[in-house]
Amino acid sequence: MKFTEEHEWLRIEGDEIFVGITIHAAEQLGDVVFVELPSEGTTVSKDDEVVVIESVKAASDILAPIDGEITEVNATLSDNPGMVNDDPQGEAWFFKMKASDPSQMDEFMDEAAYQKFIG
Amino acid sequence: MRHAPAEGITISGERTEGAFDGQHFCGPLGASLVYGLLEVKESHATMSDLQQTPLYELHLELGGKMVPFAGYSMPVQYPMGVMKEHLQTRAAAGLFDVSHMGQVMLSGSSWEAVATAFEALVPMDVLGLADGRQRYGLFTNDAGGIEDDLMFARRGDDLFVVVNAACKDADIARMKAALEPDVTVTPITDRALVAVQGPGAGAAIASLDPAADAMRFMDFGTLTFGGIEVWASRSGYTGEDGFEISIPEAQAEALVRQLLALDGVEPIGLGARDSLRLEAGLCLYGNDIDAQTNPVEGNLTWAIQKARRAGGDRAGGYPGADAIQAAFADGVERKRVGLAPEGRAPMREGTQLFAAENGDEAVGHVTSGSFGPTLGGPVAMGYVRFDTADIGTALWGEVRGKRLPVAVVKLPFVAANFKR
Repeated sequence: MKFTEEHEWLRIEGDEIFVGITIHAAEQLGDVVFVELPSEGTTVSKDDEVVVIESVKAASDILAPIDGEITEVNATLSDNPGMVNDDPQGEAWFFKMKASDPSQMDEFMDEAAYQKFIG
Repeated sequence: MRHAPAEGITISGERTEGAFDGQHFCGPLGASLVYGLLEVKESHATMSDLQQTPLYELHLELGGKMVPFAGYSMPVQYPMGVMKEHLQTRAAAGLFDVSHMGQVMLSGSSWEAVATAFEALVPMDVLGLADGRQRYGLFTNDAGGIEDDLMFARRGDDLFVVVNAACKDADIARMKAALEPDVTVTPITDRALVAVQGPGAGAAIASLDPAADAMRFMDFGTLTFGGIEVWASRSGYTGEDGFEISIPEAQAEALVRQLLALDGVEPIGLGARDSLRLEAGLCLYGNDIDAQTNPVEGNLTWAIQKARRAGGDRAGGYPGADAIQAAFADGVERKRVGLAPEGRAPMREGTQLFAAENGDEAVGHVTSGSFGPTLGGPVAMGYVRFDTADIGTALWGEVRGKRLPVAVVKLPFVAANFKR
């Protein structure tokens, strides 16, 4: 699993990359009450706002970590946004994507580096 | 009530634009975590310039997340989190530090002298207030707008006034200018103020002083907790039964520890305080009412008693009386209403409201909007044009460029649970 400074995690399975937010981010955000997901098939560029996530007190954007195409979204989250708090680094992935340039992943942190990053 | 008019921290930098207004944050996730509820870093928020309440050390010990609010460092939430804190207050009891609010005592040669003088500042019936009773009030300006909202209670011949933290300096100046020297205006800076709210609040407070049991909604009096005299009102700002308790500063922390040790009483932060008052349909000064809001537009006519309305014994005689009486007589162009968004998406403050999915002209906007944990869905209030203000009117709110359905509904969202 790779981690970004925007508190996202990326897990590679075959040619697909699962994207979600970290346990740390979910804890800090508090109770998630709303998740808006992108359309499947959307082509995105790194840093595009692709997901809106709202907790009781804050609205946050999840940015596309890399260039590519959104291949699938986790529609369960729309009906059950609380999953983001229950299992942020497991069941509560937001979307899967295909990378246009997998080398963009090289800059991301491993778990140890991320833990150090959040201090 | 109870709000700082947006003391905005607006930040910008590479990929970290966002805005935090003391209530809500919008922006990329990474920035949310740093600047949102959560960890307002000292260097950005100049936490060192902030005032602390007598309970500051206790908030830290309890794990409160401290944020700047109206010039004070206040807990936005504790480890329980906003949602659970909210539900805790509705189900049992919550304790809130509201010591940042202004407590002021007014005294004069007699009750009549104090009450009559204060009636020149507010459109409320003050003279008719019985000893040991409290009322909600509004400071108005010459245009009929609201300068602040407040609570006032009669304590013998004195009047005890509680005003919003962000407005307290202006309120004290206003009262001194208008009332002195006949009435003495004394800001009380050596007492903490805490609210204990929820269906379990009555039993909790009565376990410390059984006399609390006899108090009804909006009663005010002195209670004695283990030898310490406190001033208590049976009121609050959550829609629940409960008390607001003014405690001598030196005893505040010990007494709050005692309250928190009671069964079912948990500390609650500003986050849940905001969602509780919103569900209760109560105004946040600076958001839902301000210096441009006529009380009739603000749907606060219930707070203006008959004696001060046209034809009443003491009609008028307060700032903006002409404008407010005209609003009563002629109606107003816009009105504060409850708003229930249909889907799950919260409609936050500033959301524009439209009468049609494709209409160009906005008919109003949201002034407070969040997620209502008791209802399990989004709740909001705002102002809409008078002809779209009827209960049941279907409107559209524009959220991130999309028009989503929202209905005008009756306030409050959650029925009040007062001990009458």
